[in-house]
Amino acid sequence: MALSAEEASRFVVLLEENQDDLVGAWTDRVAATLRGRLSRTELQRQTADLFKGFQLALAGGATDLAHEPAAELRAQLTELSGHRARQGFSTTETAVSVYSLKEALLAKLGDDLAGLRDYIAFSAFIDAAALFTFDSYVRVREELIADQAEQLLELSTPVVKLWEGVVAVPLVGTLDSARAQVVMERLLQTLVDTGSPYAIIDITGVPAVDTQVAQHVLKTVVAARLMGADCIISGIRPQIAQTIVALGIEFGDIATKASLADALRYVLNKNGSRKHRER
Amino acid sequence: MSEAGQRLEVTSDQDVVRVRQLVRTVAVAVKLSLVDQTKLVTAASELARNTLVYGGGGSVEVATVNNGRRQGIRIVFADQGPGIADLGLALTDGYTTGGGLGLGLSGARRLVDEFDIATEVGQGTTITVTKWCR
Repeated sequence: MALSAEEASRFVVLLEENQDDLVGAWTDRVAATLRGRLSRTELQRQTADLFKGFQLALAGGATDLAHEPAAELRAQLTELSGHRARQGFSTTETAVSVYSLKEALLAKLGDDLAGLRDYIAFSAFIDAAALFTFDSYVRVREELIADQAEQLLELSTPVVKLWEGVVAVPLVGTLDSARAQVVMERLLQTLVDTGSPYAIIDITGVPAVDTQVAQHVLKTVVAARLMGADCIISGIRPQIAQTIVALGIEFGDIATKASLADALRYVLNKNGSRKHRER
Repeated sequence: MSEAGQRLEVTSDQDVVRVRQLVRTVAVAVKLSLVDQTKLVTAASELARNTLVYGGGGSVEVATVNNGRRQGIRIVFADQGPGIADLGLALTDGYTTGGGLGLGLSGARRLVDEFDIATEVGQGTTITVTKWCR
């Protein structure tokens, strides 16, 4: 619901005349909900800025939050909700930073019908602002979650050097196509960077090895082999072994071991005997 | 005799993960052995992915069942996809139309105790699997 032009001008006058009182009362109410998680001076600055924003938007002729003169106010609200979202405030705590202005206003309006009418009109404008804040809060949170998912993808696929010439990829969690791609790229790059002839793919942390996981692992092994590296798959627990047999997956001539330690021992033995021969 | 089951829609890869987690939770609750848990979860993973990839999405229903002597889990995978034209061929090891290993459907059948498939070209596919506690 948009304000009428007269309501907007009355709103401006009201804000103008009671500036200090309103900012003070508004800050008090916000401070009460946030319970000391932001300093009083910072809150004071934020509410004073927002107050300016409301004043400018209304004085500029905005009767609806979507109007052009309110662009600055919208930017301020977006910034505020972004701050709140990153600092871990809840949606209520964020929305209340805007809603509280209504309560502060109520004290300044007359008890008569005209005052009530104005209050309802002003409320609608403030509600729109609060909803806008809410929207941008959710948007920021979604961005945060997407970022974290990406970080997790990177985090959960480390390639570690176990020994001279031996690198290992401990896989943890679900191995979907996106992660399988990251794993393969990382492993192949690390093989080149370290010049390692051996790679161990450890699937101890993969809860279910189905045909898709097996196919991804097999592709990675084949790619590593094309680059001249030998791959060992470790972490095949008894229940996984039985499941793989029942599914009918064949690992062919790829060496598989029950634990990472077995795989490392196997590689070191192989390496040792090769050095022996070379001597 | 069966109790009210839990139903999940399968429309993305994340849903396949959710199906796996639900099946594992229920499998632990009815005290399936670790090997049987893993087998059932793997079978559910294969079939849920088939529902998604070949059936174009569908639903999965997980329920506990009791035949009087033993407890078990029954999972129903249903889609309204194109159906399977040649069931015998689809259940052959190594046959695939989607670039996989061709072991999902046939392998899943070996991982469970009871396997029932109802399919009609153009109508969709419904697969019901049951795993009993030993």
